[in-house]
Amino acid sequence: MPPAVPAEILLPPRTQIGPIGWLRANLFSTWYNVLITLLILWLLATVIPPMARWMIFDATWATTHEPCARAREAAQAIGVRPGACWAVIPANFRLFMVGTYPVGQAHRIGAALALVVLLGTLTAFRRFRGRALVAAWVLSFPAILVLLHGFQGSAILPLVETTKWSGLTLTFLLAIVAIVASFPLGVLLALGRRSSLPVVRLLSTVYIETVRGVPLITILFMSSVMFPLLMPGGLRVDKVVRAMLALILFSAAYLAENVRGGLQAIPQGQYDAARALGLGNALTMGLIILPQALRAVIPPIVGQFIGLFKDTSLVAVIGLLDLFAIGQSILSNPNWLGLRTEVYIFVALVYWVFSYSMSMASRRLERRLGVGVR
Amino acid sequence: MPPEPSRSPAGPARVAWWRNERVHRVLAQVVFLLAVIAVAGLLYANVRSQLRARGLTTGYGFLYGQAGFPIGEGIEYHEGDPYWYAFLVGVVNTIRVSFFGIVLATILGTFTGIARLSSNWLLSKLAGAYIEIIRNIPLLIQLVFWYFAVILQLPGVKESVVLPGSIFLSNRGTALPLLAPTAAFSAWLPFAAAGLVLAPLLWRWRMRRQELTGRPGRGLVWAGGALLGLPALGWLVAGQPFLVELPEMGGFNYEGGLILTPEFTAVLIGLTVYTAAFIAEVVRAGIQAVHVGQKEAARALGFHPGQTLRLVILPQSVRVIIPPLISQYLNLAKNSSLAVAAGFPDLFSVAQTIFNQTGRSVEVIGLVMGSYLAMSLFTSLVLNLYNRRVRLVER
Repeated sequence: MPPAVPAEILLPPRTQIGPIGWLRANLFSTWYNVLITLLILWLLATVIPPMARWMIFDATWATTHEPCARAREAAQAIGVRPGACWAVIPANFRLFMVGTYPVGQAHRIGAALALVVLLGTLTAFRRFRGRALVAAWVLSFPAILVLLHGFQGSAILPLVETTKWSGLTLTFLLAIVAIVASFPLGVLLALGRRSSLPVVRLLSTVYIETVRGVPLITILFMSSVMFPLLMPGGLRVDKVVRAMLALILFSAAYLAENVRGGLQAIPQGQYDAARALGLGNALTMGLIILPQALRAVIPPIVGQFIGLFKDTSLVAVIGLLDLFAIGQSILSNPNWLGLRTEVYIFVALVYWVFSYSMSMASRRLERRLGVGVR
Repeated sequence: MPPEPSRSPAGPARVAWWRNERVHRVLAQVVFLLAVIAVAGLLYANVRSQLRARGLTTGYGFLYGQAGFPIGEGIEYHEGDPYWYAFLVGVVNTIRVSFFGIVLATILGTFTGIARLSSNWLLSKLAGAYIEIIRNIPLLIQLVFWYFAVILQLPGVKESVVLPGSIFLSNRGTALPLLAPTAAFSAWLPFAAAGLVLAPLLWRWRMRRQELTGRPGRGLVWAGGALLGLPALGWLVAGQPFLVELPEMGGFNYEGGLILTPEFTAVLIGLTVYTAAFIAEVVRAGIQAVHVGQKEAARALGFHPGQTLRLVILPQSVRVIIPPLISQYLNLAKNSSLAVAAGFPDLFSVAQTIFNQTGRSVEVIGLVMGSYLAMSLFTSLVLNLYNRRVRLVER
């Protein structure tokens, strides 16, 4: 017997579907959820209006400092708090981005950026991926360093001392150099920590745990005051290179732990199979184990890179002019006195945009690689 | 571990020593060790000759010299005190801010992590926004923001922001109510100590009884009773042990109460807010790591939602949460070195001043790194012992 067909199809009650249903399910499902919702709404209502007034409606949107000064006087005349002065950002934008890099040479930074964008675009297309592209990426780092540094007495690429490298450019250079250059050292340390030779294992472990046990700032401090002592015959190593070395030594220890995690995930059968095929220790590592282990640790290494990108802000403490330190130095310009909040918000926003988009990209990568899905 | 190199079956077949794998292994280690010693020796010789060229001597004798610089806060200190004592003040300040930072970040982080999983859309989105904003901005910038853009911008003492519970905020710092011990305090202390000792013993006894008899042990009631009841009894016998001292606004500063300096307040807020965002993610991941079947099974057995969370979900997620939580605590302690940017006289900041005054780079770096290593190792030792207790024992 066929089931009885209702004369008309009844919709669920109106309070359970549509916007009302959504509100009931997500905001007012129980008495304590009602309480929480109301509390949050009250909180937002007290916090957001004054913030929006300061940031947007009362703010001065200009590119020079004079309108800000006028707005401040006008606000003081009627006894209210002046709004934000965003003029400090566009007026110093160049300083934020390239810092004290010579004005006539800024196109070199643009060229370096163009190279990276080009390589990035090529990587996005599956067709171009391959050994040649990997080699191009690897070679691009020294190429960019040479491009930015130039040569003594050269007409096309005049020397730009590293002390002139600053702003967001320096922040990026430090982070990228540190992660790329620490890679070989980190892999060696990870292999050393898992070596069957006790002396190698012990020394690797001591290095990794010591570096991980102290704050980065102490390593930067050490590199800035002790490198001159470690070099023979008073060989001078400049500030930026010293900071890079410190970041590399620091980053290698963390990278080693990430790689070790990948190595541990490789089942014993892979070692046995490689040995059964007659591969020696070095070939087993190079052809079988490391390729698999490194692929598995790409997401944590991206995470480490994001951390390192944020950590480069510490070089400001040892006197390098990265994005944050440039912001501090702008604040000591009499035209921009007292605009700390605006400058800090902008610097924080720059860091946030890059870190957040990198972490989004890494999450997508993780899903595509299928790491963690077994 | 890579597999042990296979040895030839049945020993007697003798291998020439230069082809013997054991000899290789020993040789490789000797060569490696010699290389490390050579590099270290070279660096040491460089440092020696450089120091001599600059007319500097080495040794820790300078620590007994008079420091002569002021330190903003911490244990009692005078400018005439020796360098080692000034350094100790810095160490105590670092421990102080790290300890309170860890306690507050754990509380805030746990609540945020649970809020992130709340069924309330607004609450979960708010927690998510907090986590994503805070985690992606360098701590250094957050610390200077809290110090220069928030705490120092607060009104002066007379126009303090007053929060419920007699908490005053101003650009001179934070004033909190203080529990000041009275004359009866020493008579009351033994009662409190007895409660503290008795509570875990009672708990263990009741739990063992529950396991043996199957009847509810009510360990929480017994232990909690001892923990609260004995001090209450002491209060009745000995008299009021504490006096709540409320801060009051004076002319230029607060009078009475517990006063936190602006630097300490800023560093504590900065470290707490930053680390709590990471702890929230740890807590969320820990709760989500418990298989959904566990919750369903508990509900099927008739546990109500509160019991499910308390008896089934949380005990299992704690095991997942503890190891990453340990590393967050260690991060917080290490990150406290950034307090120097907010003018808080922590270990690193004091050491930097000592270095600027004495020029003893090697010794100061040794002291600083040694102190941080000791603190890190001690913290991870204690927490790993705790982890060993709660971790899953496979039978």
